[in-house]
Amino acid sequence: MEAFFAIFNTDLLVATIRLSTPITLAAVGATICEKSGIVNIAMEGMMIMGAFFAVIIAYYTGNPWLGLVGGVAAGGIFSLVHAVATVTFHLDHVVSGAVLNILSFGIVRYLMVLFFGHPGTTDPIPVGLGGYQFAIPGLSKIPVLGPMFFNQTPIIYMSFILIVGALFFLKKTKVGLHLRAAGEHPLALETIGVSVYKMRYLGVVISGLFSGLAGAYLSIENAVSFTEGMSNGRGFIALAAMISGGWTALGSFAAALFFGFADAFQIRMQIFKVLPIPAEIFIIFPYIATVIAVAGLVKKSRPPRADGIDFMIEREDG
Amino acid sequence: MSTVKEDRIVLEMQHISKQFPNVLANEDVSIQLKEGEIISLLGENGAGKSTLMNVLYGLYRPSAGKIILNDEEVEFSSPKDAIEKGLGMVHQHFMLVDNLSVTENIILGSEPGKAGIIDYKSARKEVAELSEKYHLEVEPDAIIESLSVGLQQRVEILKALYRKARILILDEPTAVLTPHEVDQLFLVIKKLRDSGVSMIIITHKLEEVKAISDRVYILRRGKCEGLRNTKDVTKEDLANLMVGREVVLTVHKEKKEVTGDSIFNLENVIVKNEKGINALDGLSLNVRPGEIVGIAGVDGNGQTELAEVLMGLCKLESGRIYYKGEDISELTTKQRRNKSISNVPADRHRFGLILPMTISENMVLGFHDEKPYVHGINLALDVIHNYSEKMVKDFDIRTPGVDIPAGNLSGGNQQKVILAREFSRNPDFLLVAQPTRGLDVGAIEYIHSQILKMRDRNVGILLISLELEEIFSLSDRILVLYEGKIVKEFVPEETTDKEVGFYMTGGKKE
Ligand SMILES: Nc1ncnc2c1ncn2[C@@H]1O[C@H](COP(=O)(O)OP(=O)(O)O)[C@@H](O)[C@H]1O
Ligand SMILES: [Mg+2]
Repeated sequence: MEAFFAIFNTDLLVATIRLSTPITLAAVGATICEKSGIVNIAMEGMMIMGAFFAVIIAYYTGNPWLGLVGGVAAGGIFSLVHAVATVTFHLDHVVSGAVLNILSFGIVRYLMVLFFGHPGTTDPIPVGLGGYQFAIPGLSKIPVLGPMFFNQTPIIYMSFILIVGALFFLKKTKVGLHLRAAGEHPLALETIGVSVYKMRYLGVVISGLFSGLAGAYLSIENAVSFTEGMSNGRGFIALAAMISGGWTALGSFAAALFFGFADAFQIRMQIFKVLPIPAEIFIIFPYIATVIAVAGLVKKSRPPRADGIDFMIEREDG
Repeated sequence: MSTVKEDRIVLEMQHISKQFPNVLANEDVSIQLKEGEIISLLGENGAGKSTLMNVLYGLYRPSAGKIILNDEEVEFSSPKDAIEKGLGMVHQHFMLVDNLSVTENIILGSEPGKAGIIDYKSARKEVAELSEKYHLEVEPDAIIESLSVGLQQRVEILKALYRKARILILDEPTAVLTPHEVDQLFLVIKKLRDSGVSMIIITHKLEEVKAISDRVYILRRGKCEGLRNTKDVTKEDLANLMVGREVVLTVHKEKKEVTGDSIFNLENVIVKNEKGINALDGLSLNVRPGEIVGIAGVDGNGQTELAEVLMGLCKLESGRIYYKGEDISELTTKQRRNKSISNVPADRHRFGLILPMTISENMVLGFHDEKPYVHGINLALDVIHNYSEKMVKDFDIRTPGVDIPAGNLSGGNQQKVILAREFSRNPDFLLVAQPTRGLDVGAIEYIHSQILKMRDRNVGILLISLELEEIFSLSDRILVLYEGKIVKEFVPEETTDKEVGFYMTGGKKE
């Protein structure tokens, strides 16, 4: 019983939120991207760019807030490559995404050597955003929910706002409706005079900005330096969260929370060694949870109808 | 009936040409539209009608020529410009987002509301008012997916009216409608005309030209072949202008006595679709040798599942299928085909042919592993080649050679490749689904005559078609398919398309 409470307590839930934040951000961004009709598997690469540039800027300016802006911008700019490739040059979305992921490893390693003289880990930044944890007076005193939602660090708060913002954007705004139409029936949108290309660029870039923020969270809020490989497949787990969340913002958030929980749980199982099996086995737990979630839920969810389908008004083949 | 006031010209397209990367779709076409007038554009598939209208609507830029609207030259860089100038278009394939509501589809791109936020309340009100004003009743909150095609078309028309269209283009508006829905549409069109909307209606159906329009432009191979007043032109004249040669409008079908036992039977067949609903719901039918049984029905009432279950392509939940008295319910597709059952599938691009493969490869598809098309483990390429050349000759397939990809042929010639493959196997039972969808009058004429030839060779034929006209001109018996059941049987000579249409839409009378 004691062991049970060592694991299942408020700390576990707080850790769930922390571990799920980067997944949530990348998954919600990707949802918006795919709703516009562009398949995005490049969250990993965009996150890496965001994480790296957040550190670079924070390191040279000494200001983590500027680092945050830099990380977000880096994700957005990097995602533009995907938009140009898939929308303007009609390249296959998966091919472009795979290229972006690989490219990000190369770019980051090159710049590491250039700026710091070695690959691996950068020098630490003077202050990280982790130091700006603040409790919201009153609300943070609520048991369980208080520590989870009202005593957190800046990017975590931002992620809550962004989830609500994304929902509002998709459901209530004109541009949100246009963006969804671009992913369902692009020609219908074009024939009433709204540019499908613009909506798809917008979708991709929003996803880039969100993934960039997710990256910044990893490097300057959850840590104070950038390490190669620190994204550790979270971009792909975000992809899984988006799919098992049924290509909806709320679903993606729920799935991301689940994956965050799986991760928090496995860490505790390793530390507290409650079961008489080797602790290392639990490392694989979040990944198996991912596989099961995707395999179990993917059949029930439907992607936007024109997701991944190229849009071109005057075709070569007639 | 004519309410053409003075003869003020509201719209003129002058010497329009449109070059696509590989096709010259329009060449020096000029048309005029007068105020409050209805004109039709008549032409075969691929004549360039939709292209011309999409140029007018700003979706494509013309390669040459100009557009004059209300005495002013205009250049549209996107449909947005055209919409602003009072043009509206209902496309051949509906431009509706399936999972959005009627209201959302109608307001899309011109949503009411401040600061980028949609004011759904006033949107719904505007839509309701509009549909009341023009007597186009639809439920503003219904999701498009759940509406019939006729209602979806209403939404499309409302979409144009919402944007205050004064000139309305309708691209093949009747192609997907039942006879009753066509009548309703024509009423709507007349009402709109009376309220001052000028209209351009695209069609390849001759009766419609006569029924609805004041003047008709005939398009052939991208060029304008003429302009006629519909009052003083006959259907035969129109057909000849459209095709460029004399055509037979109705196939000649010998009445014949069908005797003998049925060759193909379905008994209480139930098939579920992917949503788990009974797509075929206890369907029974029989086909006798030497007769054509036509399945009439609105799309989505089980046609696809019927064709699939016959060929063993989907799971039979319950019921039995007999062929020549033998239960074939459990046989694989290949086994069925080897029992001289042939099949012309509805979707020739996805199921009938492998487009990137050559004509000769397609010609033996499915039999390519049998003698005489194999030597040991090799394909007998010379045999296949010779066989294909013979077929190309026999079935009058227009192609530069048998070694070019099937995808390079026109739709009509692609369909002939399938007919050649399926018909030359000397089947005893033939399933033909949508054999002439999207084909021109010439090709339809040929394919119909080939199907009748098979019937005269005593083959039992099941014809599934969404074209009621085709059902009427070919069938010996008509079965009406509604919600997965045969609800009525007719003999074509003893009924009318109206009556069949009534049962197709779920009507019942005693
Ligand atoms: N968007 C397009 N891109 C390239 N070629 C096209 C396009 N649309 C139509 N075409 C070609 O232009 C020709 C005319 O087509 P279309 O205008 O659709 O004919 P219709 O409406 O009279 O059946 C066809 O050969 C068709 O393949
Ligand atoms: Mg057309």
